[in-house]
Amino acid sequence: MTLVTAKGLEKTYIAGDITVRAIRGVDFTIEPASFVCFIGPSGSGKSTLLNMIGCLDPPTSGFLEVAGKDVTHLGAKESARFRGDHIGFIFQDFNLIPVLTVFENIEYPLQMVQNWPALKRKQRVNELLEAVAMKDQGGKFPNQISGGQKQRVAVARALVTNASLVLADEPTANLDTETANRIISLMKQMRDEFGTTFIFSTHDHRVVKSAEKIFTLEDGKLQQQGNGDNHV
Amino acid sequence: MFNIFKLAARNLRRYKRRTLLTSILITLGVVAVLLFVSVSGSFKAMMIGQITDSMLGHLQVHSRGYLSSIDSLPLHLNMKGEQVVRVKEILDGNDAVEAYSMRIRLGAMFSNFTETTNVRLNAVDPEQEMQTVPMLADRIIKGKKEGLLAKGEILVPELIARGMKVKIGDTIVLVATNKHGSVNGQPFVVRGILEGISGPGGRDGFIHTDDALALLRIEGREISEIAIRLNEMEQMHEVFDELKGQLESSRNKMDKPVFEVHTWEELSPFFNIARMIDLMTLFIKIMLVAIVLVSIMNVMVMAVYERINEIGTIAAIGTGPGKILSLFVAEGFLLGLFGTLIGVVISLITIAGMNAAQISFDFGRQKGLLLSPTIASGEVIVIAGIVIAIAVLGSLQPAWKAAGMDPITALRHV
Repeated sequence: MTLVTAKGLEKTYIAGDITVRAIRGVDFTIEPASFVCFIGPSGSGKSTLLNMIGCLDPPTSGFLEVAGKDVTHLGAKESARFRGDHIGFIFQDFNLIPVLTVFENIEYPLQMVQNWPALKRKQRVNELLEAVAMKDQGGKFPNQISGGQKQRVAVARALVTNASLVLADEPTANLDTETANRIISLMKQMRDEFGTTFIFSTHDHRVVKSAEKIFTLEDGKLQQQGNGDNHV
Repeated sequence: MFNIFKLAARNLRRYKRRTLLTSILITLGVVAVLLFVSVSGSFKAMMIGQITDSMLGHLQVHSRGYLSSIDSLPLHLNMKGEQVVRVKEILDGNDAVEAYSMRIRLGAMFSNFTETTNVRLNAVDPEQEMQTVPMLADRIIKGKKEGLLAKGEILVPELIARGMKVKIGDTIVLVATNKHGSVNGQPFVVRGILEGISGPGGRDGFIHTDDALALLRIEGREISEIAIRLNEMEQMHEVFDELKGQLESSRNKMDKPVFEVHTWEELSPFFNIARMIDLMTLFIKIMLVAIVLVSIMNVMVMAVYERINEIGTIAAIGTGPGKILSLFVAEGFLLGLFGTLIGVVISLITIAGMNAAQISFDFGRQKGLLLSPTIASGEVIVIAGIVIAIAVLGSLQPAWKAAGMDPITALRHV
C-alpha cells in the first residue's frame, strides 16, 4: 500500500514564448508513515513536485494519487477540500496568522476548514500543544515567540487535522542549528506518534541525514533514490 | 460566521490608524447626510404644514376650468346647488376625510372711505374653515383669534391693512360685482389683521359666507372651491385617486367631467422647492455612497495586497474560496457598520442639540421661523442600510480577487 503514487508526472509552464518543463516524466511511490526528502539544486523542480503532491498545482500530464485519491485533475474547490482533509503544510517562513494566538493558529484548520465543535477542538489543540511542548505559550501571538517556537506551532497546525501527509518546504532554512535539530526530532517524533508521512524539499543536510527515503531531482528528472545514510 | 467576524475584527484592529481614518470618513459622510436630511426635511415639513394647514388644505375640488382662470376669480365657474350636494355626499362618505371647507372666492374693491384698493377674499364658514385649516387662526397677528370671524366682520391681509392704515374695529366697505354684472357694496368691521404667507391665497382676506352671498346677491348655494383636510397626509394620493374616480362620473352635456380635483402639490409653487430639496438630498446621498465606496475599496485593496502571503497560507491549508471571500467582505461590513453607528450617534446628538438651541430663520416674508430638525427612524435605518450595503459592495471586488488567488503565486509573494 502506498500513500503517494506518481506515474509519468509532468509539469510544463508557459510564459509568453518560453516553455519550461519543470518536471519531466517522474515516477515514484511513497509509503505511509515515512520520512521522505526531495533534494536537488535550485530550479531542479523540488518545490514544483511538492506543490503537485500538495494539490496546489495540477500536473500537466501523467498520473498522481494521494491518500487513495486520483488528484491529477482536481478543481480549485475540490483540491482545497482535499488539502484541508488530508494534507498539512509547513513553510520556510512559518506563515502563522499574526492576528491569531498560538492556540488559535493551531485551531484554525479545525475551526475554519473542518468545522469541528468547540469542545472537541479545544481538546485536540491542547493535545498538539503538549506534543510540541508549547502548552504554556498558547495565549501568545506569533510576534511574541521565537522562530523555533513558531515552527513548532506550524508543525502542530499541520498535524492537528490528523493529516496523513505533511509537506514541508525548507522547514529549517530560517532556524539555527540547535533549533533546526530540535524541529527535525520533533517531526520524527510526531511521525512515530501519529503515523504521519513527512515529505520535505530541502537543501539542509541535517534534514537529508534524517530522511529514510531520498529522491534526487535534476532538471525535472528523478536521478537517484536512496536513504539518509548513503547521501550524507 | 462568528469566527469570520472575529478574524475580520482582529484584522481591522491590526491596522488601527487606517481603520480609524476610513471609519472617520464614513462617519463624516453619514453625519452630513443625516443632518442635511433632518434640517431640510423639517424645513420642508414645516413649510408644507404651513401651506396646507393655514391655507390650501391637502386637496381641493373646483368646477372644471376654474383653476386655469383662478387669477380672475371667475364667479360664473362656481359649483352650483346639485353639484355641491354631490361633492358633499362623496366627502361625507370618505373616512379618510377629516374635514372640508366650502369657500366662495371673490375679488372686491376695499375702501376705507378715503382710499380704495382691490382685495381678494375667501368667504368661509368659520367653523368648517378652522377644522380644515387649523393654523389659519395663528396667522391673525392682531385681533381676536377665537371663532375666526363673525358675520359683518373681515380679516384684512397685513399688507392692505398697513397700506390703507386700517386698524382693528375700523369700518371699511367692500364693493363687488356679481356674475350678472350687478355692483353692490357692504360695510364690514375689521376683526383682525392676517399675516401673509408664501403661495396662492396667502395674501387673501376672509369674510363670512353669508356676507358673500349677500354682497354678491347669490340666491341658493354656490361654492368656488372645497378645501379638504385628510386624517393622514400620507393618504393624499390614494384619496386623490379615489375622489377623482368618483367625481369623474359627474359629466356635463359635452361628456366632460364637471369637477376637477387637485392636491396641494399642484396648487402651490412650494412643491417645486420641495422637489429641489428632495433632489439635493438625493445628490448628497449619492456623494455619501461615492465616499463610502471609494474609501472602502481603497482600504480593502490595500488589505488584500498586504496580506497576499497570508491568503496563500490559509488557501494552502484548505480554506475554501468562499470563506476567504467572506473574510474580506466581513471586514468591509464591519468598517461600514462601525463608521455608520458612530455617525448615527453623533447625528442624533447634534439634532437634539439643535432642537435645544432653538435656532430660528427667515423665509421670504416669514420671520423667526423655528428650525426643529427631526429625522424618522425609518430614514436613519435606510441611510445606515445603504452605507453598510455599499461598504459590503466596495469590499466585494478586492475580496473576490483574494478568493480567486492562486495559492502558489500568493505564497511566493514577498
